[in-house]
Amino acid sequence: MPFNQKLQKFTGKTNTVEIGSGDKTVKIGGNSTYPFYSFDAPTENTAKVGVEISDMGLEGLADGIKAYYEGCTTMADIAKKAAAMEGADFVALLLEGGDPNGEDKSVDELIAIVKEVADAVDCPLVVEGCKNVEKDAELLPKVADVLQGRNVLILAEKEENYKAIGAAAGLAYNQVVGAESAVDINLANQLNVVTTQLGVNAQKIVMNVGSACAGYGYEYVVSTMDRIKGAALGQNDNMLQMPIITPVASETWGVKEASASEADMPEWGSVDERGIDMEIMTAAADLAAGSDAVILRHPASVKTISEMIKALA
Amino acid sequence: MGLNGIQIFKLTPKKNCKECGCPTCMAFSMKVAQGALKIEQCPHMSDDAIAQLSEATAPPMKTIKIGTGDGEFTLGGETVLFRHEKTFVSKTRYAVTLCTCMDDAAVDAKLAEIPKVDYERIGERMYTELVYVNCGEGADAAVYTALVKKAATLGRTLILGVTDPEIAKAALAEVGASKPVLNGANASNYAEMSAVATAAGVVLGVSGADLNELYDTVAAIEKLGNKNLILDVTGADVKATFANAVQVRRASLKDQDRTFGYPSIINVAKLAKGDAHMQAALTSLFTMKYGSIIVMEQMTYAEALPVYGLRQNVFTDPQKPMKVEPGIYPLNGGDENSLVVTTVDFALTYFVVSGELERSGVPLNLVINDAGGLSVLTSWAAGKFSSGSIAKFITENVEPKIKCRKLLIPGKVAVLKGDLEAKLPGWEIIVGPREAVQLVKFLKEM
Repeated sequence: MPFNQKLQKFTGKTNTVEIGSGDKTVKIGGNSTYPFYSFDAPTENTAKVGVEISDMGLEGLADGIKAYYEGCTTMADIAKKAAAMEGADFVALLLEGGDPNGEDKSVDELIAIVKEVADAVDCPLVVEGCKNVEKDAELLPKVADVLQGRNVLILAEKEENYKAIGAAAGLAYNQVVGAESAVDINLANQLNVVTTQLGVNAQKIVMNVGSACAGYGYEYVVSTMDRIKGAALGQNDNMLQMPIITPVASETWGVKEASASEADMPEWGSVDERGIDMEIMTAAADLAAGSDAVILRHPASVKTISEMIKALA
Repeated sequence: MGLNGIQIFKLTPKKNCKECGCPTCMAFSMKVAQGALKIEQCPHMSDDAIAQLSEATAPPMKTIKIGTGDGEFTLGGETVLFRHEKTFVSKTRYAVTLCTCMDDAAVDAKLAEIPKVDYERIGERMYTELVYVNCGEGADAAVYTALVKKAATLGRTLILGVTDPEIAKAALAEVGASKPVLNGANASNYAEMSAVATAAGVVLGVSGADLNELYDTVAAIEKLGNKNLILDVTGADVKATFANAVQVRRASLKDQDRTFGYPSIINVAKLAKGDAHMQAALTSLFTMKYGSIIVMEQMTYAEALPVYGLRQNVFTDPQKPMKVEPGIYPLNGGDENSLVVTTVDFALTYFVVSGELERSGVPLNLVINDAGGLSVLTSWAAGKFSSGSIAKFITENVEPKIKCRKLLIPGKVAVLKGDLEAKLPGWEIIVGPREAVQLVKFLKEM
C-alpha cells in the first residue's frame, strides 16, 4: 500500500505586492502554502533577497563586506555595486545615520543620499528609517515624496508613527508601506487594521513582524510567523495576509558571535565566516518560518540564500 | 487518535472494585481517556484489552533512543507541527560525517576538529553529539570496521552508514554495545538489515527512492516486528528532501499515519556538495523543519554558534522562560574595583544587555539574581525584581567580593533608586538607560 499523500489546501492566500517601477520590479507574497511547501500547491512568487547598504557608507562594516565594495567612493558607487551582487533582487538603503542617539544627520542630508542612491540604480528599492520613531515620522514621508513614481517600500511605520508615515507613503505618494510590529501576531494585526483605516490599500502593505538573531529570543520570531501564516492561510484573515519582509543583517552583524575579533576569541576562528554563517542561518530560519523577503549584507550570504530559495522552488 | 471514555469503559471488567482508586470503572475510564491515569493501573484488565488500548492511545510519533550513558539521546516523540501549539520535545542532534573514501590524514584531521567545539550556553552543553561513519563504495568489512573503531575513540554516539548486512554485522560486533544507529535499510536489503539491527539491539535507519518506497519499506520492516526505526528522508536534491521531511512529519502528526511516525535523518553534507555556506543554510532550514538528526560535513564554531542558538530557541518550552544562573559575571576584564551593573535573569535580556556591555569595552561586573526568568518590567511588576531582592543579593553575594560601591540599575526601574539607596548604605545607585542599545553611549559618557 503506497503512502497516502494528503495535500494541505488552504482557501486563504497572501497578497502579492509589487515593489519597483518600470521593467525592474519584484513581486513578493501571493502564496497559499507554508513557505517552500510547493508540494501542496505551486509557489506563485518565490522569496526575494535584498542587499542592505547604509547612509554611513562602509563605516563599521565587517571586513568581508568592505572588501566587496572596494574602490567605491560615493553612495552611488556603493548602490550600483550592491545592485550587481549575485542573487540580489532589490537594494535596501538603511538611513541609520539619522538616529538622534547616533550621528543625528539632518533630514536634508539624508534625503540627498536617498536621491543619489535612487538615481544610481533602477532596481526595486527599500528605504529603511533610523528606527527612532520621531525622526522617522519626519524623515520617511520626505523619502516617500522625493521617490514618487519609483514605488519603493518605506520601512517602516510603527504603532507610534503610522499616521505620519502610513499616510504619506501609502496615500500621498503611492509607495508601498512597511508596517513594523514587535514579534506579536496581535500587534501586527492591529497595525494593519489602523493603517487600512487611514485609507491605505491593503494590497500595498508589507509587514516587518519583528526579527531577532538566531539564539537571541528567536523562538518569538518563529511562533509569530508560524501563527501569522496559519491565520492568513487557514482562517483567511485579510488583516494578516500582507507579505513579510525581514531585515536580517541589522540583527545579526552586531551580536558577539558575529563580531568578536579573532584576537578576543581565538578558538572561535574566522570572524568573517562567523558573520556570514550567522546571517545565513538566521535568514534561512526566517524564510522557513514565513518571510517573503529578507535583507542581507554579505555577498556570500546573498548568493547562498538566493541559491537555497531557487533550490527549493 | 485516543479512544474516548466510553470506548475504554467497554474494555474494562465493569466490576467497580475500586482497586484502581476510582469509585467506578466508568470514572476510571474517563480519567484514562484524559491521560490522568494509565490503563495498567486497573489490575483486572485483560492483556488483550491492554494491547488494544496501548495501540490506540500510543503517541503518533515514536520516541526512539540511541546511544548509551552520556551519549544517549532521545529522538522523536513530537506531538505538534508548530512550537506554539505545545512544545517540541526532542531537539535536533548534529552529526559530522566520516567516510571510507577519505584518506587517513583527512579522517584524523576531522576527528581532531570535532571535540574543539564544546561550550556551554544558558546551561546547555553545545557540541557535536554524533559521528556519521559512511561506508563508501568498494570498502570491505575490514576497512569499514577499522574506520568505525577509529571514530568510536571520540566517544560520541555513532551512526553507521552502511547498506551491506555483512559489513554492518562486522562493524556492530565491534561497537554494537554503544548502541549506534545502523542507517542502511532500503527496499532491497531491509529483511537482512532489520535482522542485523534487531540482533544487535540497535535503531535501524531506513531510506527509499521516494516517499512511496520509503513507506512500503517501513511497513514491511514493521511487519517483521521491528519498530525501532529512524527514517532517512534525504532525497535526490534539496527540494525533494524538504518535501520528504515535511510530509513524513505531517503525515504522522496531522494525519495520524503511524507508518511515518518515526524521527528523521537528513544528510545535508550530501545536499550541499562541499559548499559550506549552503550547508549552513540547509542546516538551519532542517533544524526548523523537521530534522531529528542532521548530518554535516563539518561543525566549526562558525556553524555551531548560530545553529545551537537557533536550536536552543526553537526547542525551548514556551511555558518555561530561559533563565541564566544568578551570579557575578565580570565583563571586559572587570575586577573587584569595577562598576556593578544589574539586570534580570531572563536569558534574552541577559544576552542583549551583556552584548551591549561588552561592546562598550568598559570593565564591569554584571550581577544577575533570580528574577523568575522574566523581563525587567514584568519581573518588577511581579515583585521579583525589587529593591528588596536586589539589596539582599548585593549584601549577601556582591559585597564580600566586590569593593566598588557603584550600582547601575535598568532605566525602566528608575523608581527603585530611592529604596535601594536606603537599603544599601554606602552604595551610589546610578539609573541607566531604558534600552540596552543606549548602554554603550551611556557607559562611555559616564
